[in-house]
Amino acid sequence: MIELIAQTGLNALYAAAYLSLVAVGLVLIFGVMGVINFAHGELFMLGAYVVVALYTGLEMPFVLVAALALMFVGCVGLLMEFAMFRPLRSNPLGGLVASIGFLVVLQALVSMGFGVRMEHVPPVTQEVIVFSEKVRLPVQRLAVIVAAALFLGALWLFLKRTRFGWALRASAQDPEAAALQGISIRKTSMMAMFIGGALAGVAGALTAPLISVNPNMGHSVIVAAFIVIIVGGVGSLEGAVVAAFAYSFIHTAVTTIWDGVIADIVGLLLMLGVLIVKPTGLFGTADRA
Amino acid sequence: MRRVAILASAVAIMVAALLALPFGLSFSQQEILVFLIINVLVVASYRLLTLTGEWSLGHVVIMGVGAYASALYSKEFGVFVPVAMLLGAFTSALIAMALSYPLFRMKGFYFLIGSFAAGEVIRLLWKRFRDPFGGPKGIKKIEPMPDFDIGIWQFDFFEPTSYYYFSLVVVGVSLWVLWRIEKSPVGLTFHAVHWQDRLAESAGVNARAYKTLAFVIASGFAGLAGALLAHYIGTINPNSFDIEQMVFVLTWVIVGGTSTIYGPIIGCIALTTFNEIILREIGLEQGRPLVYGLVMIASVLFLPKGLEGIVQKAFSTSLFKSMLGAQTRGSS
Repeated sequence: MIELIAQTGLNALYAAAYLSLVAVGLVLIFGVMGVINFAHGELFMLGAYVVVALYTGLEMPFVLVAALALMFVGCVGLLMEFAMFRPLRSNPLGGLVASIGFLVVLQALVSMGFGVRMEHVPPVTQEVIVFSEKVRLPVQRLAVIVAAALFLGALWLFLKRTRFGWALRASAQDPEAAALQGISIRKTSMMAMFIGGALAGVAGALTAPLISVNPNMGHSVIVAAFIVIIVGGVGSLEGAVVAAFAYSFIHTAVTTIWDGVIADIVGLLLMLGVLIVKPTGLFGTADRA
Repeated sequence: MRRVAILASAVAIMVAALLALPFGLSFSQQEILVFLIINVLVVASYRLLTLTGEWSLGHVVIMGVGAYASALYSKEFGVFVPVAMLLGAFTSALIAMALSYPLFRMKGFYFLIGSFAAGEVIRLLWKRFRDPFGGPKGIKKIEPMPDFDIGIWQFDFFEPTSYYYFSLVVVGVSLWVLWRIEKSPVGLTFHAVHWQDRLAESAGVNARAYKTLAFVIASGFAGLAGALLAHYIGTINPNSFDIEQMVFVLTWVIVGGTSTIYGPIIGCIALTTFNEIILREIGLEQGRPLVYGLVMIASVLFLPKGLEGIVQKAFSTSLFKSMLGAQTRGSS
C-alpha cells in the first residue's frame, strides 16, 4: 500500500511538472494581456513535434533540440501576439476566438506535415532509478521534474528580482496604471507571450519521448491546464503550481484505482465545483474577462 | 399594402427556390443540403443564447443530448420517431435547465470555461458507459423516420430529398418560433440583459432568470437539430459532438455575425457552400480545418461585424434605397 502511494506520488510529481509549465504560461498571458489562449495546448504539441522533426528525424542531440523547441515555440507565441492579440487588445472575446482559430490552424498544419498517426520518439535514456520492487522512477521523468523546477525557479527570480519582471507583474495588476508609469504594454505583452510559448514548447519537447505524440495531444493538456488555473485561481502563478500538484495527484490516483475517463470526469467536476463556489477560482482576485 | 405584397412575393419566391433546390443537385450534394439545413437550426438557436451576452462552448454537446435521447427513446422504448425527436428536444431543454443552476453563477470567460467543462463531462459519460450510451462506438442502427405517403409524394426518408423537405418544415417552423420569441417582450428583455444588465436589474428584471430562459430555449432547439441529425445518419458517437464541431459552429456564427437573426444563418450557408463548392472542387478537402481556422482569425480581425455587416451596408446604400423607392413609386 505504501509502495502504491509512493509510486502514485512519483507519477503525479512528473505529471505536475510539465502541467505547471503549461499552466504558468497560460496564467502569465491571461494576467498581462487579459486574454485566454485556447491554443496553448497546441504550443505544447508543437514543442513535441520539434523533437519529432529534429531528434527522431535528424538525430540531433536531445538537449539542443529542447533548447530549439523553447526558442521556436516562444517565437510562435510572439507571432500570435503580433498577428492576433495586439490588434484585438480591446476585445478579449475576439482574442479568445482568434486563438481557437489558431489552434485549428496549428493542428491542421502539423497533420498535413507529419500525418495524423502517432509518432514514436525513441527514449533518450533507458535508465531507471529503483527505490524498491514497485517504486521506480525512470531517469527521463526525473529530468522533466528537474527541468520544470529549474524553469519555474528562473521565472520566479525573473518576476521578483528584475526590473522587467516588476514591469510584467505591474501590468498584470493594473495595465493602465502601469502604462502611466512608462511601462510599455507592448513590450510586456510580447514578453508574456514569448515566455508562455517557450515554457509550453519546452514542456512538450521534454515529455515527447514519454507520451504519445499526435496532432490532437494538445486537447487533454489544455483541459488539464484550464482545470489547474481555475482551481489555482486565475491570475495566480503560485496557485497554478500548487493546483497542478493537487490535480496531478488526484488524477493519477483515480486513474490507478478506476480508469482514465473517470479521472477526467473527476477533474472537470472539481473545476466546476470551484467555479460554483467561487466563480473566479480559489486564489483568484481580479475579474478581467 | 404594396410593401406587404412585395414581401409576400419575396417569401413565396424563396420558398419555391428552397423546394426546387434539391433537383439540380447530385446525391451527395443533396445529403450535404440536409446537414446544412440542420446546421442552420444549430446556429440560429446558438444566437438566441448569445443575445443575452453569454457564449457557451457546450452547445454542440447539448445538441448531442437531443440526438442520444431521441435515438434511445425510439430504439429502447419503441417511441414513434417524430415523437421521440420532440422528446429529445425536451430532454435537451431539461438538461440545460439543470445545468443553468451552476453555470449561471458564472459570467463571461468563466461561463465559457464552465460550459465547456459541463459539456465534456456529459461527453465523457457517453464514452464511459456502454450501457445505455454504447461507449466510444456510440449508438448504431438508429430507427429511421417511417415512410409515409401524402398522395402526390411518397416520402421515403432514406432519400435525402425527402428528409430535406421534412427538415425544411421542422427548421422553418423552429426559425419562425425563434423569430417570434426575439420580437416578443421576452426577446427585448434578452437584449436588455446583454447591453444594460445593471439597468435592467434595477428596473426589476431578473437577469439570471432570463439568461436561463434563453439557454433552455436555445438548448431545446439544438436538441431538436441533434435528433434530426441522429435519425438521418443512423449512427452517433461521442466524437460526433466534440469540440471540433463546436469550433465549426462558432466559426459560422462569428463569420456571419450575431446582431441579426439572419447573420449566423448567412455564415453557415456561406461557409458550407464555400467548403463544398470551392474546396471539394479544387481537391483541398483535407485542408478544411486549416481554411476554417484562417477564416475564423481573419473574420475576427477584419470583419468584426461579420457578413451581416456587409449585407446591412448593401441595404443601406443610397443606390439600393433609390431602387426600392423607384420600385414602390412605379408600382403605385
